[in-house]
Amino acid sequence: MMTETISKQSRPLSSFLLRRAKVRLFSLLALPMTWIVGVYIVSLFLLLITAFWNVDPFTSRVSPGFNLDNFELVLTVPAYIATSIRTLLIALTVTLICILFAVPLGIYMAKIAKPWVRNLLAVAITLPLWAGYLVKIIAMRLVFTEEGFFNWAMAPFGIRGPGFSVPIVILTLTYLWFPYMALPVYTAIRQIPPNLFDASSDMGAKGFTTVNRVVFPLIVPAVIAGSVFTFSLSLGDYLAARFTGGATQMIGSIIAQNINLNPPVAAAYSMIPILFIVIYLMVARRTGSLERM
Amino acid sequence: MLRLSRLTRFILISIVGFILLFMYTPLFVLILNSFNESQISGWPIENFSTKWWIFAKDYQPIRDALLNSVLVASGAMVIASILGTLFAFAMKSFDFFGKSTVNILIVLPIALPGIVTGVAFSNTYSNFLSPAGINLGYFGMIVAHATFCIVMVFNNVFARLRRMNPSLQEASADLGAGLWQTFRLVTFPQFRTSFAAGALLAFALSFDEVVVTIFTAPPGIDTLPLWILKEVGRPNQASVVNVVATVVILLSLIPVYVSQRLARAQEEER
Repeated sequence: MMTETISKQSRPLSSFLLRRAKVRLFSLLALPMTWIVGVYIVSLFLLLITAFWNVDPFTSRVSPGFNLDNFELVLTVPAYIATSIRTLLIALTVTLICILFAVPLGIYMAKIAKPWVRNLLAVAITLPLWAGYLVKIIAMRLVFTEEGFFNWAMAPFGIRGPGFSVPIVILTLTYLWFPYMALPVYTAIRQIPPNLFDASSDMGAKGFTTVNRVVFPLIVPAVIAGSVFTFSLSLGDYLAARFTGGATQMIGSIIAQNINLNPPVAAAYSMIPILFIVIYLMVARRTGSLERM
Repeated sequence: MLRLSRLTRFILISIVGFILLFMYTPLFVLILNSFNESQISGWPIENFSTKWWIFAKDYQPIRDALLNSVLVASGAMVIASILGTLFAFAMKSFDFFGKSTVNILIVLPIALPGIVTGVAFSNTYSNFLSPAGINLGYFGMIVAHATFCIVMVFNNVFARLRRMNPSLQEASADLGAGLWQTFRLVTFPQFRTSFAAGALLAFALSFDEVVVTIFTAPPGIDTLPLWILKEVGRPNQASVVNVVATVVILLSLIPVYVSQRLARAQEEER
């Protein structure tokens, strides 16, 4: 009682706030929510609105209005459709490759490697995440260029790289986003209790059967969580295609080309990756693994 | 334990070795090429020299770009630290209607592709604010960066707050401390390491970002990644780009190292 009177006298604001949770919540949220909604959500909304606008052919300025031309363009022009499908397939392939390598890596790290090897590998997988996005693209460019490391290293075997093309874009994107898959998968495998392996082998399962029937079902949520990153990051990327893809175009390439020439088309085309990602998230949600992310 | 045959074990180790090779070869090729004497990068490197390092050291455009990167990242870091911490406190202390939506809103700027975020900002700046006579210029770039950096600070601070003992704050209030005094003397010292780690990661994220920057940087202003981007596009890719890229690799290791150290310090505090 004593303390309350003191604080009431000396700190009217504090005791006022202490009693009113709603006011406290509001004063905490007001600034950050104004920022996120006022700056970001409004921008996304304006982007959607711009997609219905037009570019004046004479002044080449954006003029407000309402028409579906841009959406029609994006959904009917064969080059745009082909680019959407190509980008989708690239993103799915990258995700698949990441899974195929993350699972054996995770099994080795979590269940076979000695503790110091495990820690070393964990650092080795995490570090490239921070090594710089553009830096990694340039590095891949140096490796796969005509006079580059790959062709030099493979020359004795008579192998030549394909040059800058879709396969190299896929490799570059895999290189960029692999840690996002590898880390959750490794964590999930680590959490599998060792006695499950004992049970499996007691019942006569060989190593491969155990992986297939015990490990894989348990790490599906982690794989899906990782795939959300590898998929959506690949889907929106265009610098990998620009620097390691030769003439390869992805959705982002077309958006970037249009943003200055024809912003409404760029805006309409931006809805395609958003749509793909929303569909992907909904499919992922049906499997029930997003809650555990 | 998982029992595997010798062959399976061997295959697993080979895959792990292949992954490490795949992840580190490009970086080594790049770093070694920064010591390539020739103007054009390639492999094998015929003559090694530090000539491009010396050239880069005093090259004004690189210095300007570095300064811009540091300024933008610092601005974004300060804004994101404040907003991310406020979010973390709200999400930790309260259950309210629409909480999961707020959670999505915090993650959204980094979950949507960079190109969408970049185009959205660029569209707002040039097709809405500019005609209305508002030119954000340099600040527009900081605003965009701060927006996707919030989640870094939020994640770190929120994770720490969740493990904190709320009775300490209550005790402080019982003893007559005001909210600000409690925050300054009781709450903040408990989460300041996570706060610093989050802020550092926000700085690193902004320093490294390129796609959103392309669309929000005012004309004639380059950050370090933007400068690299422009140089790589030129036909004779000078080895000086590799020097800058190597510096970026080294610089980006600092915040990661420091935040690791901070995380360890936090473990020991508990």
